[in-house]
Amino acid sequence: MAKKSIRIRAKMKGDVAEVKALMSHPMETGLRKNKKTGKKIPAHFIKEVICEHKGKKVLVASWGVAVSKNPYLSFKFKGAAKGDMIKVSWNDNKGESATAEATVG
Amino acid sequence: MKRRTFLKGTVASGMLGVAASAGLLAPRMVLAAWPESAFAAKKIDAALDALLGSSSTSESGDIKIKAPDIAENGAVVPITISTGMTAESISVLISENPSPLACSYALGSTTEGFVSCRVKMGKTSDLIAVVKSGGKLLSAKKTVKVTIGGCGG
Repeated sequence: MAKKSIRIRAKMKGDVAEVKALMSHPMETGLRKNKKTGKKIPAHFIKEVICEHKGKKVLVASWGVAVSKNPYLSFKFKGAAKGDMIKVSWNDNKGESATAEATVG
Repeated sequence: MKRRTFLKGTVASGMLGVAASAGLLAPRMVLAAWPESAFAAKKIDAALDALLGSSSTSESGDIKIKAPDIAENGAVVPITISTGMTAESISVLISENPSPLACSYALGSTTEGFVSCRVKMGKTSDLIAVVKSGGKLLSAKKTVKVTIGGCGG
């Protein structure tokens, strides 16, 4: 399986922090078939992404299989300052998870 | 003596049981937060019912959907939903997908009404954004033409 990683970029724009996160994940729908064997490829997708700022959840995303492979997520929130830590973590339907942190620049 | 050890044993195991169930409850609650029935629903109304408790939405001009008019590749359709309202949640549904609910975002109190992500679309469909604001459900729609589907094709 692909290496588990999250790339986060967070930037202040005025008083609003803009966070962009890119996760590497196959996001299999469970509907696709392996062309050679004709067997269905089992579903493997991120269910939940939690974005935290200073221990407070700023965004909780619930995803279905319709989110694209190697998902991208972007959102904005108020109340952050330069140098603050942003934590992004996800967990998928196979019980795998990943967490990454970044500082607001 | 025997009875005493027996009692001690039950108390200890009882305590263990409580601790174990408390420990087990936490991850279960996290899992419960993921609305499985809403994602499994095959119809938009059923998905909204399961996700937000109601499927009656009213159209709003204050929700902007930024998505391509024609998506060349249905596997990666970049979308951005933004609204000026103080939104509690933003959900995205795709009318023609096997399960219409694509993603749902619960926003914190300081989070702006803005989310951007990329979704898969099986074929040309309506993109529906549902924003929960002040207990009301508001929606906006945009049709996206898909030339190559995103479901294996």
